[in-house]
Amino acid sequence: MRAPIADLPIVFDNVSVVADAVIILDRVTLTLSSGTPTVFIGPNGCGKTTLLRTAMGLSAPSAGRITWGGREVVPPIRRAILFQRPAMLRRSVGANIRFALGAAGIPRAQHNSRVRELLGLVGLEHMTDRPARRLSGGEQQRLALARALARDPAVLFLDEATASLDPAATKAMEDLIRAVSHRGIKLVMSTHDLGEARRLAGEIVLLHRGRVIESSEASSFFNTPQTDEAKKFIAGELLI
Amino acid sequence: MPNHVSPLTLLLTADPTLIAIVRLSLVVSSSAVFFAAVIGVPLGALIALTRFSGRQGVIVVLNALMGLPSVAVGLVVFLTLSRSGPLSSLNLLFTPQAMIIAQTVLVAPIVAALTRQTIEDLWIEYRDELTAMNIGPARRVATLIWDARFSLVTALLAGFGRAAAEVGAIITVGGNIEGFTRTMTTAIALETSKGDLPLAIGLGMVLVAIVVVVNALVWTVRRVGERLTG
Repeated sequence: MRAPIADLPIVFDNVSVVADAVIILDRVTLTLSSGTPTVFIGPNGCGKTTLLRTAMGLSAPSAGRITWGGREVVPPIRRAILFQRPAMLRRSVGANIRFALGAAGIPRAQHNSRVRELLGLVGLEHMTDRPARRLSGGEQQRLALARALARDPAVLFLDEATASLDPAATKAMEDLIRAVSHRGIKLVMSTHDLGEARRLAGEIVLLHRGRVIESSEASSFFNTPQTDEAKKFIAGELLI
Repeated sequence: MPNHVSPLTLLLTADPTLIAIVRLSLVVSSSAVFFAAVIGVPLGALIALTRFSGRQGVIVVLNALMGLPSVAVGLVVFLTLSRSGPLSSLNLLFTPQAMIIAQTVLVAPIVAALTRQTIEDLWIEYRDELTAMNIGPARRVATLIWDARFSLVTALLAGFGRAAAEVGAIITVGGNIEGFTRTMTTAIALETSKGDLPLAIGLGMVLVAIVVVVNALVWTVRRVGERLTG
């Protein structure tokens, strides 16, 4: 049995990320707490992916401080991330899950039952022995979700998880995301699709040019936006 | 070995001299590839996954070593194993072991350089996933080598091709002694110079056949493996 590790709240305190003299995140102060899904929205290049990667611990801040459950150095044991184009290990579907279970320290005796359970959850139980790289884009995304859940995460980051999927695969993925949220896992996701944000978000964070422009409950954000940028973005105008 | 017999007769009658030469050639080349893999695969993976000052220079040198002149390697190994060399006490000069050492020196850079490229390409693909899964360095290396195994077979195949076709190094350190260090390539060189073309042609046919069969086997294994694992 693994010791529970509280990664929440994730607190950004004046965090900046600079790469090649380009400011990607600009003095972001933000708290991600347990509860409903938080959705980062904003135009391309606004810093959504970098914010997710930094929250995951994959990118280090150039300035400022980030803490997970009050601590600055917390290995990503109870955090997981789903990338827009996840890399499939050159193994079978089942072996991809087993790899993640092994990495998470799950005893080998539990692997088979966990593989069945996770693949059942994402509807891939009939594809256990199929090479993962031969799956369709939507199936690969669902496998990546199952692989992320194999870590039994307290918080799951999703980076434009449906951006490259067709409507049917997007619907299937969104249903799964809702099911995962109902399991009590904190979801933090990025999208540039306002419709998806409306369907899934409990809390919205609008980013523009690396800065947090507005952060509020989803209903407040869409019904009574406070900033000009938010009003423009909701109205479908271009944020430049 | 009877003179003035056709190459086909030598092959069909499984001439003992020819068989001994073929056997020694396979033992020397496959042993060299094995030791080159033991050295080259971890070395290539290490260079692929670590960042240090002068890394680009190391990669350039490693790539350049793929084209090492076999006679030069033979000379270096000869000097190392000769009576005045640092490893003279091993008494390995003019033995099959010396030939294996020389071919290992030739093949290891090929395996290391191709492994470096293969692992680095796969690492670019896997980096975010493995980092997010909190995979440690040792397991990272093992995972990349395992998942790249079918591509790495190609690196070993390239090494085997170099070893099997090589003559300069092994003739220098092995001496082409009949019944002891004579291989297909050294025998072909000798018999051609002597004018015994049937044996040279027979050995040449065997050498080409071996290279074709090994390539076909590896290609089949790779295709089947990729179909099963993606």
